[in-house]
Amino acid sequence: MNAELVSELKAPLQRAAARARIVSTLGPAILLAGVGWALVQPYRITLLHPRGQGFWWLFVEPPLLVIAVGLFFHFVVLPGLLDDLEEEHATAK
Amino acid sequence: MQPPSEHVHWLFATGFLLLGLCLLGEAIVGTEVWRRRAWRAYLWPGLAFALGVLMWPVMTFYTNSAIHMLAHGAWAQMLMIAGAAELGLVRGKLQSQWWRLAVTAGFLVSGSALLVHEQNTWFFQRSSFLHHLMGWTIVVAAIFPLARAIKPRSQVAATGFALTFVVAAVMLYCDRDVAPVFGHISELAGTPHR
Repeated sequence: MNAELVSELKAPLQRAAARARIVSTLGPAILLAGVGWALVQPYRITLLHPRGQGFWWLFVEPPLLVIAVGLFFHFVVLPGLLDDLEEEHATAK
Repeated sequence: MQPPSEHVHWLFATGFLLLGLCLLGEAIVGTEVWRRRAWRAYLWPGLAFALGVLMWPVMTFYTNSAIHMLAHGAWAQMLMIAGAAELGLVRGKLQSQWWRLAVTAGFLVSGSALLVHEQNTWFFQRSSFLHHLMGWTIVVAAIFPLARAIKPRSQVAATGFALTFVVAAVMLYCDRDVAPVFGHISELAGTPHR
């Protein structure tokens, strides 16, 4: 077999794997950013000191919202996306 | 039970962050893969349209000044037009890629609205600084939707477009009603509440 052909076949495989790896890091990266923010500015989580806080201060907790976005992307958006990426690659082969 | 304006900014930040993350996902895996599921294809234009709709209550309830109302109203309309144009493109009702320029116009109007409705100087207090910064960021970032309209397959344009929303989300999360910025706060701004 021609070595050039093998490398040509490997390239899309590697690209798909790299894309899958990169997109898989997005959710955890956002999650970590939210956790880091919560640790640096714990006073922004009013649930930790709820006494005397109004509805909006208890409902809107920015670091928790960031964590929620990371979790949503990782557990809701990502699985289907990875399946489709694999499927696309399989049909392209 | 009207939320303080900083809470509204943080809620919009959450929408922007999710939008940015999804657009970044699309930029990484490619539009063909992203659009394999209908809900994902409609997510960005649907969210843009929804953000436009949600801008109407902001216009109605946060009537600090006439310029606030006009800016929020123009912003609401432009976001809805941009979202609708993208919805039309995804659905196939609109064929010309030049409809993508509606998003460029959306960025320019949004950036201008942010700049126009901030009457104070950069270092008046934190929200003033962030409104100026966000306004100029979005005006300059209009280059990305423009590039998407001209070269729909451009990876740089797609990534820049997505990151604009992530950056805007970070700025919106930093927003506070009364807070110093880099040690500056005007005496006229009031007392920082936290």
